[in-house]
Amino acid sequence: MPEQLYWLIFLLPLAASILIFLMAAPFKARPRLFGYIGILAVAASAALSLWALSDLLSTGSREILIPGFEWLAIGDSFRITFGLIMDSLTAVMVIVISLVSLMVQIYSQGYMHGDPGYYRYYGLISLFTASMLGLVLTDNLFMAFAFWELVGLCSYLLIGFWFERPAAASAAKKAFIVTRIGDIGFLAAILLLFAETGSLNITEVNHLAATGIIAGGTLTAAALLIFTGAVGKSAQFPLHIWLPDAMEGPTPVSALIHAATMVAAGVFLVARTFPIFEASESALLVVAIIGGFTALFAATMGLVMTDIKRVLAYSTISQLGYMMLALGTGSVAIAIFHLFNHAFIKSLLFLGAGSVNHATGTFDMNHMGGLRRVMPWTFITFLVASLSMAGIWPLSGFWSKDEILAGALDSNAILFWLAMITVFMTAFYMFRIIFVTFGGKYRGLGHPHESPRVMLWPLLFLGVLAAFSGLVNVTGGFGHFLGHGETTGFLEGFFSVFGHPLTWLSLAFATGGILLAYAMYSARWLDPAFIRQLFRPLHFIFSRKYLMDELFEKAIAQVLLLKGAFAGLQFFDSRIWDNGLNSVIVENAIVRRLFAGFRYFDEKGVDKAVDGVAGGTRWSGRILSKAQTGQLQVYALFIAGGILAILLFVYLAG
Amino acid sequence: MTLSLEHYLVLSAVLFAIGLYGALAKKSAIVILMCIEIMLNAAAIAMVAFSRFVVPTLLTGHIFTIFIIVVAAAEATVGLAIIMSVYRSRETIDVTKIDLMKW
Amino acid sequence: MGIEIAFWVLAVLTVGAALAVVLTRDLFRAALFLVLCFLAVAGIFVTLSADFLAAVQILIYVGAISVLIILAIMLTREVQRGNISNKLSLPALVVALIITGTFSLVMINTDWNISAEAPLEPTTGPLATSLFSEGFVLPVEISALVLLAAILGAIVLVREN
Repeated sequence: MPEQLYWLIFLLPLAASILIFLMAAPFKARPRLFGYIGILAVAASAALSLWALSDLLSTGSREILIPGFEWLAIGDSFRITFGLIMDSLTAVMVIVISLVSLMVQIYSQGYMHGDPGYYRYYGLISLFTASMLGLVLTDNLFMAFAFWELVGLCSYLLIGFWFERPAAASAAKKAFIVTRIGDIGFLAAILLLFAETGSLNITEVNHLAATGIIAGGTLTAAALLIFTGAVGKSAQFPLHIWLPDAMEGPTPVSALIHAATMVAAGVFLVARTFPIFEASESALLVVAIIGGFTALFAATMGLVMTDIKRVLAYSTISQLGYMMLALGTGSVAIAIFHLFNHAFIKSLLFLGAGSVNHATGTFDMNHMGGLRRVMPWTFITFLVASLSMAGIWPLSGFWSKDEILAGALDSNAILFWLAMITVFMTAFYMFRIIFVTFGGKYRGLGHPHESPRVMLWPLLFLGVLAAFSGLVNVTGGFGHFLGHGETTGFLEGFFSVFGHPLTWLSLAFATGGILLAYAMYSARWLDPAFIRQLFRPLHFIFSRKYLMDELFEKAIAQVLLLKGAFAGLQFFDSRIWDNGLNSVIVENAIVRRLFAGFRYFDEKGVDKAVDGVAGGTRWSGRILSKAQTGQLQVYALFIAGGILAILLFVYLAG
Repeated sequence: MTLSLEHYLVLSAVLFAIGLYGALAKKSAIVILMCIEIMLNAAAIAMVAFSRFVVPTLLTGHIFTIFIIVVAAAEATVGLAIIMSVYRSRETIDVTKIDLMKW
Repeated sequence: MGIEIAFWVLAVLTVGAALAVVLTRDLFRAALFLVLCFLAVAGIFVTLSADFLAAVQILIYVGAISVLIILAIMLTREVQRGNISNKLSLPALVVALIITGTFSLVMINTDWNISAEAPLEPTTGPLATSLFSEGFVLPVEISALVLLAAILGAIVLVREN
């Protein structure tokens, strides 16, 4: 593929976005046009990505470096060049991003039909797609940061798409601020790495880290700071609080940004700079611990939510935790494989939830039920995705989850059991959704119907991918592509997993979760209300999100800062300083007499001087204002005189 | 006497000064614009002279002059449009009467 | 020999025409003297072996800008009392004389690296190469944008409503 075309992968959606915004006014009457522009651009990007992948596979080279142009150069020490890397990691990411974006944009033609902000929607989604593609393509840390911020900006604008709703506006604000906290860490890491190595090029920095040229402490610090950025963007503990609230945005946005791509940017970043992490044992451990903990932590909250999108949001956080766990236990390929599968699965689940919303008008599961008869296609695709998410063989989720569990088993027993319990919980909450929403009888108030075809085709396409995308690694091919592991034959890989006891264990946990959900919500052998009563304190903690929102807002912001630190400072100032010190020293009679003389001097001398200065200033101002004649030619005369003076000065002095 | 750089430069300086005088000392906005064009031409002469005498094989001065001409054209367009606009609203193009920037 | 005579004639013509622009009473005559000045400058370009530039000067300055100026004069003729000076004429004269003197002094006393090479003729080919294929393409494109902006600006400024 000729070099210039690589640039088009992210330039096409960018051009589409600019075009949509420019054309918004004249073409307001035909909004569908904007959808077509966006879809065309991202379809072209997807085609180019597939071509790039085939090039990469056929030439057998591991990466194609495309030198770009020099953007900024200050002396010899600081240069920012903007080039592209197309290696296996990038190839996978661009395919995921462009395909999911394409499906979401096609779906949005139906979902966002009639919305007054149609052009804004497509423009922003195209801009987002362009920034995300740029993030994965760039070879320069500075440009990566620029795209990182752009992606966060698009997320803010899209979460707050319906900005007249206060909940949406504040959710957008929260998302931006919380991810900002992480971004500061990323920026600090960039500065640290630049100070140590003098280079901002990712390949160079990785190489320097791998060969041990950067010192240990600095390396760990840089890795942990990069991870902070990833924690913010990928909603890991403790910066996960923004993602559930981000569900206020339109559902296709949630599918694209908060399931498949932007939140995967954190995982991508760690994978891209992995040599830095590899060289630091403690950083890897931190990544694994936070990943494993978040996986369980988020899954517990997903158990009790009644809003479908919130359950899916916590599920996303939990699965991202799995990816971080995989990274922390040392395997980039497995984490990216899970990212690959999860992107298709989760976006399908969100789009399915959107389809349900389109039919019933709500996201609250208490008002649903029995939808499988009315919306068969949505039901089937949702079921396939849930089975895949739960990790049932031979769907895609099984393959990646199994590998992650194997990696966790090898490294740390606690993490392994955390991950296993999460498997159980994942299966449980996914099937809770299925049984409550699609099973039983309809409990709501509307007239549900199947969604229009333009919304169903993306569901079907993603459904096929969600089911079968895992098969690319049955032979170990995907892992090999990313530089890990060997390849075996297809059938051998397909069935040989049953030779490991781990497979049976994970399938048992998953099936157990499904069975429990069936027992509680379908067959009613156990009553959910009874269980809730039994585990009341736990249920309280889970449904109130471990009180973390209250922690951040009330405890830290209000009590600690406003009432604590600031009030303390104010108390010190007014009571102790003003009253105490003042009264002790100043009010003293002897001192009072001493200051009487000062007052005389002050009134007569100082005041006169100050007034004189003020008066003199006004007098000179009055005189100088005569120069402000308002006539250009006078000013030009002065300019000419000034130039003359400078010329004479330069000539005579040099 | 053979022609050298100094001849052209002095010509350019004289032309520039004439244009400058006109730009500063005339009341009619159009005359000021004409004198600005004279000044630009003076600069162009200087550019081409430098190009001819200092680096004859590179045509940098010529290119600069082409851009000077382009910019002068654009500026004359906009300047005359402004003069038209001012004429329409104030019925005068006497620059001494257009002094809204006075304090 | 011929070129020196040409230069002196053209120089006198240029300076004379410029002076006339500034000093004539009648505005229209001033515009016509401006056209003469531009033509003389085109001649100066020819003495400097800048053939393409001379053609461009005539095309654009004489052909377009002068026409614009004359058009503007026609449209605002009745409000002008001719080409009169404002109260800054004396300071401006002083400044102009001092600038002439200073510039001339500085220019004559500076040591320029005069190169002995012969100038390129014709200049059209090398100019085209430089402008369009070596390094000056971007300014060309930007100047296209500038002209577009100027046209749009002029139209917006002169619209009735």
